[in-house]
Amino acid sequence: MKIAKWLGGAAIAATLVLAGSSAFAVTIGFSQVGDEGDWRPAFSKDMQEEAKKEGIDLKFADAQGKEEEQLKAVRAFIAQKVDAIIIAPVVTTGWGQVLAEAKKANIPVFLADRDVEGDKSLFVARISADFNLEGKLAGAWLAQASKGNCKIVELQGTVGSAPAIERKKGFEAVTSLFPDMKIVKSQSGDFTTEGGKKVMEAFIKATDNLKGICGVFAHNDNMQLGAIQAMKEAGLKPGKDVLMVSVDYVPAMKEALAAGDANASVELRSAIGKYIYPVVTQYLQDHKELPKWIVIPSDLHAAKTAGN
Amino acid sequence: MTARIEMTGVSKAFPGVRALDGVDFRVEAGEVHALMGENGAGKSTLIKIMTGALRGDGGEIRLDGRPVQIGGPGDAQALGIGAVYQEVNLIPTMSVTKNLTLLRQPRRFGLIDWRAARERARERLRRLDVDIDVERPLGSYSVAVQQLVAIARALEDDTRVLVLDEPTASLDANETALLFKIVRDLKARGLAIVFITHFIDQVYAIADRISVLRNGRLVGCAPTAELPPPQMIALMLGRELERAEERTAQTPSAVRGEPILVAEGVGRRRLMQPFDLSLRAGEVVGLAGLLGSGRTEVAKLIFGAIKSDSGAMTVAGAPVGAASPGRSLHLGIAFCPEDRKAEGIVAELSVRENIVLALQTKRGVFRRLSHSEQQALADNMIEALAIATPDAEKPVGQLSGGNQQKVVLARALASEPRILILDEPTRGIDVGAHAEIVALIRRLCADGLGLVVASSELDELVAVSDRIAVLKDRRKIGEIEERAINRQTIIDTIAGPSS
Amino acid sequence: MKHAGNVEAETQPASRLRAIFTHRAIWPVIALALIFLVDGIISPGFFQIRVVEGRLFGNLIDILYRATPTALVAIGMAVVIGTKGIDLSVGAIIAIVGAVITWRIHAGDPHGLVLLIALAVALVCGLWNGFLVAVLDIQPIIATLILMTSGRGIGLMINLLYGGTNPSFTSPFLQGLSVGHIGLIPTRLVLFGAIFLALWLLVRRTAFGLLLEAVGGNPAAARIVGINARLVIYSAYLISGFCAGWAGVVLAADTHTSDPVSIGLYVELDAILAVVIGGGSLAGGRIYLGMTLLGVLVIQALTTSILTSGLPPEYNLVVKAVVVLVVLLLQSANLRAALYRMFARAKP
Repeated sequence: MKIAKWLGGAAIAATLVLAGSSAFAVTIGFSQVGDEGDWRPAFSKDMQEEAKKEGIDLKFADAQGKEEEQLKAVRAFIAQKVDAIIIAPVVTTGWGQVLAEAKKANIPVFLADRDVEGDKSLFVARISADFNLEGKLAGAWLAQASKGNCKIVELQGTVGSAPAIERKKGFEAVTSLFPDMKIVKSQSGDFTTEGGKKVMEAFIKATDNLKGICGVFAHNDNMQLGAIQAMKEAGLKPGKDVLMVSVDYVPAMKEALAAGDANASVELRSAIGKYIYPVVTQYLQDHKELPKWIVIPSDLHAAKTAGN
Repeated sequence: MTARIEMTGVSKAFPGVRALDGVDFRVEAGEVHALMGENGAGKSTLIKIMTGALRGDGGEIRLDGRPVQIGGPGDAQALGIGAVYQEVNLIPTMSVTKNLTLLRQPRRFGLIDWRAARERARERLRRLDVDIDVERPLGSYSVAVQQLVAIARALEDDTRVLVLDEPTASLDANETALLFKIVRDLKARGLAIVFITHFIDQVYAIADRISVLRNGRLVGCAPTAELPPPQMIALMLGRELERAEERTAQTPSAVRGEPILVAEGVGRRRLMQPFDLSLRAGEVVGLAGLLGSGRTEVAKLIFGAIKSDSGAMTVAGAPVGAASPGRSLHLGIAFCPEDRKAEGIVAELSVRENIVLALQTKRGVFRRLSHSEQQALADNMIEALAIATPDAEKPVGQLSGGNQQKVVLARALASEPRILILDEPTRGIDVGAHAEIVALIRRLCADGLGLVVASSELDELVAVSDRIAVLKDRRKIGEIEERAINRQTIIDTIAGPSS
Repeated sequence: MKHAGNVEAETQPASRLRAIFTHRAIWPVIALALIFLVDGIISPGFFQIRVVEGRLFGNLIDILYRATPTALVAIGMAVVIGTKGIDLSVGAIIAIVGAVITWRIHAGDPHGLVLLIALAVALVCGLWNGFLVAVLDIQPIIATLILMTSGRGIGLMINLLYGGTNPSFTSPFLQGLSVGHIGLIPTRLVLFGAIFLALWLLVRRTAFGLLLEAVGGNPAAARIVGINARLVIYSAYLISGFCAGWAGVVLAADTHTSDPVSIGLYVELDAILAVVIGGGSLAGGRIYLGMTLLGVLVIQALTTSILTSGLPPEYNLVVKAVVVLVVLLLQSANLRAALYRMFARAKP
């Protein structure tokens, strides 16, 4: 089965990641984007706590969402001669110069989260979750739960954003394998609860109370939570009449899953320090060439009542 | 002979109003041609069509015999038609240089050559005998200088027709004389000059020929010598003018009782030296003085539009405390400002809304005048002041200047004042309306209103005042009592040795 | 002397036609009609209204229902714009109100009190804007920009007061105000109707509207007349703050979460747009409350139509921009005059 192969790929990445150990004290500079949303502060906190656990001297710099702040922080790390630098890039472009400076100073650079454009030889590896994989996992779950026969409505993220594009691609890669799986309505809910609710209200009218619809795929949990509210207000039973699958696994979604209002959510991990640090410390010991992209595994959490 | 500019059969209709109706107008080269008419007669419309600010509905324009199309101000300028409008339309925050080269900057390598621009600006002003620092912002100069800059801007090397719309409205005698000298020079150079003014004397001092408009039609055109003032005014009004400006000894004085307003030592540093002033019911106190002597400042200090930093005032024996427009309104003091555009009308609001504004403010937010009360009040005022408007709902901004002034006056009167302060009540107003306003002032006094009138026109002050306070260099230098009031005593007081 | 001689009586039918075509409501109404026409063609059941769960249910109800928060903000905005001002901070006020509601409910306050606290906070925001504009004389666009940029951050800080990273709440009372219904009618529509009526009475049945338009049309003249311009401007920002606050209550109770980053995002732009579509000028001096409502309906009908139409989301903003552009072009006096001239010339 093709799905099994993808899941296997994620598992291979995980074994590779877990191979590292931390025998000697290192200094690592970490330049974070900022603290917007829920996910990123949790990510920052985990990086700091995990560093303490691993005995790593972490120099943390918050770029406050500004590109020039981030460049300044990276140059400061180079001047301090840290052992390695981890960057969660604010933007994907304009990195050539500063990465070359790091390379000249013999400091290995790792990327977390977003990718950068340009010369890939300037950094060692990117360690992040795969939006595309998240979409595939959601699609695979829905295919399984509906036995490959499902009319779907989709709540997209912000138009043009990377997670929206990739999750959609991944999801469609799976559903396109099943001739009876079809996305019949797709609109953007801008990743917000309000947006998800608004769009779902319109879908309910446009499809005559979701007649014939078997699944809702939302690019994030917030939109899915809004959709659940809209469906309840229209007298529908989300999670029972219609299969609800989304991405993020935020606390409110855990409650919804427990209550049976939603069926599945793909976890976007914020506690990823334990995946990142071993790769870095291992590389500092053996300098062995690494794949350019190391994927952090994604887990799908399904409610016990799911899929009947 | 071919006229420099000849307009034939020009018409223009606005919604509800026929502004011009088949007007013929021609100006020869080397001629100063006065264009006369009451407010709303169509002078401004005709000029705007000539300068491309408006498009006419019909008719033809010929320049030196050649038919031309004037589609916009750019066309007019390219054809050599320059204009200076009544309200100075320059940009006060920009330097004189920039104002003068706004449309045609000298360029060097495609960039603006500021040195050449400065030189050109100085050169242009020199032609008018004006020597000022061209780098200073225009707004830092007096209105008179701004007016001259506006003329300098309108004059290109190839200007063939120059339109002067009320150029002397804010100029004093010396400045007017200088302007006339310039006009005569330009005339000698063969320019055709169209001159619009409400100063009758000035027409006869400078114009060669007069055209008179009334209600959008040309009602007369003759050489100045053949059209003496009484006939011309009769043409403008369509009737004989009662000679309102004559002060008649028989006019019974309406002055009575104790002062209703007493100001003692009221002043403000750098704006106006402390002055004393009193006013009784039925009395008209005139404020005389040259431009910049402090007329407006006195009016505004009494009203509270300018906060005083010395002295005290009482109204009907009760101390006023800190004067402010709001307080004055409730004390029964009303004020008509000089600059109706900036401080008078609210252009988007209707005539009715403008008229009821002060009374409504006095009553407060929650005691609204009903629509029928507002309508009745507005209709009364439109009738009483002969405001030319199709109805009370027309936005005030669409009325002619003189009618806007009347609306501001109507607003002040509607607030039921005991004391009325008028700053230049007849500025920019034609003779007919002028006489009406003077007559109105007399009527108001008979009703027991106390009036303070600031004016640059001595004849007007002489005609209406019971007492005149003479101002000079932001100081009150004297008062002239009833019997002694005439032009000469005022001029003598101003000219006299100041201490 | 009366100068009425040159006022000409026009022929009756022509003037009536002209009165219709020069009425300021004509273009927004035509736009709304066209949007509905397209809806009717592409989705036949669009105008269907049923009763579901004891309340009216259908696209038309959805338009009114979803338009409520924007409409609230827009009528407040219309008042502020009438004073020659602008209030960019309305979205931020919504975010603060949402955060305050969630915080106080978590703190265990009675829910009626929470509502009062939320509205009081919105009024304080309005007071702050009014202080900057009326007392410190800062340009409105700058003055309200301060709260606009900081407001959502304040909302996040309020969330942190009780450690809420993704806080939601349950409040039958507040949710009733937003998603409940009175009889068949959604409660938010009933409450909006009451607020609109109160504001309309204040503007048109007291002298407040006249004084406000005078201040907006010519502040110097208003001052000379004796109007307390400062008080009038203060009131306008207070009204806008209150309206935004109520919109915040409706939106926060709608999703029962506090999401200061995204709640009411760009609502200020939709509100300004609605005022402009309704014929209001940013130069101030005129308030058209009813027309503003029409503007909101045009925007919301468009949004709802796009959502139900099945158009790919990439086109949402483009379609919206095109429709708004067309309406605004038709509102332009110059373009209308040109069209009128063409029309007149075409006739012999």
